[in-house]
Amino acid sequence: MISFVVKRLLQAVLVLLLAGLVAFSMFRFVGDPVESLLGQERTQADIERLRGQLGLDDPFPVQYYRFLERAVQGDFGLSYRQGRPVAEIIAERAPATLELAAVSGLFAIFAGITLGVFTALRRDSVLSRSVMMVSLIGVSLPTFLIGILLIYVFSVELNWLPSFGRGETVDLGGWTTGFLTVSGLKALILPAITLGLYQMTLIMRLVRAEMLEVLEQDYIRFARARGLSERAINFRHALKNTLVPVITVTGLQLGSIIAFAIITETVFQWPGVGLLFINAIQFVDIPVMAAYLMLIALMFVIINLVVDLLYFAIDPRLRAEGGRANV
Amino acid sequence: MRVLGGILLAALLAGTSFASAETLRWARAGDSLTLDPHSQNEGPTHTVSHQIYEPLVLRDTAGKIVPALATEWAPKSDNPNIWVFKLREGVTFHDGADFTATDVVFSLKRAMSPNSDMKALLASVKEVRAVGDFTVEIETDGPNPIMPNNLTNLFIMDKEWSEANNAIEVQDFEGGEETFSSRNTNGTGAYRLVSREPDAKTVLQAFDGYWGKDEFPLDVTEIIYTPIQNAATRVAALLSGEIDFIQDVPVQDLKRVADAEGLKVIKAPQNRVIFFGVNQGDADLASDNIEGKNPFADKKVRQAMNIAINREAIRKIIMRGQSIPAGVIVPPFANGWTQDLDTVPETDLKAAKALMTEAGYGDGFSVTLNCPNDRYINDEAICQAAVGMLAQIGIKVNLDAKPKAQHFPLINTLETDFYMLGWGVATFDSEYVFNFLVHTRDDKYGAWNGTRYSNPDLDVKIASLASEIDLDKRNKTIGEIWEVIQEDVVYLPIHHQVLNWGMVEKLQTEIQPEDQPKVKYFELK
Repeated sequence: MISFVVKRLLQAVLVLLLAGLVAFSMFRFVGDPVESLLGQERTQADIERLRGQLGLDDPFPVQYYRFLERAVQGDFGLSYRQGRPVAEIIAERAPATLELAAVSGLFAIFAGITLGVFTALRRDSVLSRSVMMVSLIGVSLPTFLIGILLIYVFSVELNWLPSFGRGETVDLGGWTTGFLTVSGLKALILPAITLGLYQMTLIMRLVRAEMLEVLEQDYIRFARARGLSERAINFRHALKNTLVPVITVTGLQLGSIIAFAIITETVFQWPGVGLLFINAIQFVDIPVMAAYLMLIALMFVIINLVVDLLYFAIDPRLRAEGGRANV
Repeated sequence: MRVLGGILLAALLAGTSFASAETLRWARAGDSLTLDPHSQNEGPTHTVSHQIYEPLVLRDTAGKIVPALATEWAPKSDNPNIWVFKLREGVTFHDGADFTATDVVFSLKRAMSPNSDMKALLASVKEVRAVGDFTVEIETDGPNPIMPNNLTNLFIMDKEWSEANNAIEVQDFEGGEETFSSRNTNGTGAYRLVSREPDAKTVLQAFDGYWGKDEFPLDVTEIIYTPIQNAATRVAALLSGEIDFIQDVPVQDLKRVADAEGLKVIKAPQNRVIFFGVNQGDADLASDNIEGKNPFADKKVRQAMNIAINREAIRKIIMRGQSIPAGVIVPPFANGWTQDLDTVPETDLKAAKALMTEAGYGDGFSVTLNCPNDRYINDEAICQAAVGMLAQIGIKVNLDAKPKAQHFPLINTLETDFYMLGWGVATFDSEYVFNFLVHTRDDKYGAWNGTRYSNPDLDVKIASLASEIDLDKRNKTIGEIWEVIQEDVVYLPIHHQVLNWGMVEKLQTEIQPEDQPKVKYFELK
């Protein structure tokens, strides 16, 4: 067990280091930060001085090493764009993204499971067919278009919900939350739906397929023969058995909800880390891009590590092979 | 129950603050990058700073220089190298401190420090000194006839406040520490900072102790500034009534906003001209298909291109009428612009083809055009149109459109042979154009001259402008320089951009040509 965990951890560190290296090798293709840092009235001398000051003339492995050296001490440098410590900016922005991700994740899970069960049980009803059709649209339309459509309908035409921002937020010791105000809650609805729609349809289709399969199983037939109520059969026996793969997929999707919040955040001007990252790209704000990419990589590595460990705990065969299994 | 009460209270507060009649909810694509007034020489940053801080002199809604913290200014009668500024008395900073000459000296020196982004505007300044409490002398290394033009975005901070809060330095990337003044302010402006979340919301409130209380309308008592990057969302926010004023209505949405009930769009030419530059100095071009020769070096080719571009078609089709075709690369506001210079070359394909044949390129050639795709209004579409127009005279243009962060370095490193650039004239004077775009590139001049154009005679004339105190003589030289530039077809002008501001009907203002609204002038009816 311990050797398995140690091996996994070493692999995780290696993946992180490689992700960082790839990121740093890409930065010079994003553009030159000096152009955005200096105004229109810059001279050649200014450019050279600033390039030297920021260490931009060094080869990228050197820049990367310098970044790592400081990052392990918890110092991610100063944002070129805002002139403030990157760690502080990310900490300030993270609540917005995490709250949005949490709400859209919950929306995806509950709506997904409910609709999945419904469409599995009432396979041939008109309603479930139309749900399936609408879900197909949900999967195929790009996120920004869904966002704009929702804004058009619910903000411009109906005037029910705000089209941008987080509304009023309450500061709870460094964590700004939109959960405690009406405008904050209203502001969450459209972005959460936009962000969670894809995951919702995914979960819905997964639950439906699993349900349909489980409902054909012998134990369901026996349960029915025992005279159990439909309700008990569907929810206690069938649904429970469909949830194992659903939980796995949902866990893995959680990472992508956070990582892909970028587009939703841009459409709704949601002040989270995704918007921060987009702005960093436009400005060539290397410290912010580096920190963000490393954090996202770290998040995926941790999620995968946890999933691996869970498998290890669940599946005795892995233990028997002394952790050599590849999952 | 207590939680519920809290929610209700918060909702009530949120509701009232937005319903208040004097609040201006204002959105624009970009946010201010920092509240430090000397750290970024950039439009949206200055715009926010202008509400909080004040320069000695500023440009009003019409673009005219008017007194702000200085009441009078003139060169010293016995020494043209010194400008004397009489300061306004009875001005206080937001924290209550008095405004005096020492604050001006401190602020201008701060703006001249190596880490300041504003130092180029003060490059000619040798010394700034206080003479008494309300007079400041600015000494330059030669006479500087347009000194006040350089000061319109140079904001004055409080010396004591900056010293007490460790904000003497502008920004220090090596030190790795945040400057206090990037998030805190203490200006003399009509509005003081209440709160700010970068990229989300900046709230300002009218300053009770403002010196100009009786001079300006000051109808707006609270400003909530929100950047909204996505153009569709920004327009939606205006249409749905969540925002009162947006500074950049996309051309395709103009009609929609103008037709909406309770909204209006106002338009005016912007201080920004869009043009193409070509590499006319190198012996051979890297991106063309002609070996050992540079077709752009031939003036006839540049003339042919100039009359092959149909500016009226670009205006009508790509800009939906929202541009003013240009014949010169200086906006109409700037000193040195004349109607004559700005005469748009008539599109004449026959003559253009004849010129190409004369130059020996009757069969045409191919070349790469570098174009930004996120900087100017419809920049990439304009380039696409130019590709089609130049194809008609045999020039096969390969378009390479990139984000601005990748496009501008190409001009800086001279890696482009044919590029698009836009230029706003910060000082409202032609010298600024010459210094950056026409003078031969060296350490001090020609930083944005990507054409490799080099004319030593012209360079001498350009350098002479900086210290020519006789304005008539100076204007004559400016005219001569323009003549040569037009004659040599150094650049291919396209158009002057037009600003489109969308706002609620009750808001009364003119468009500020620098796209720098100053809310103290806004009226509500």
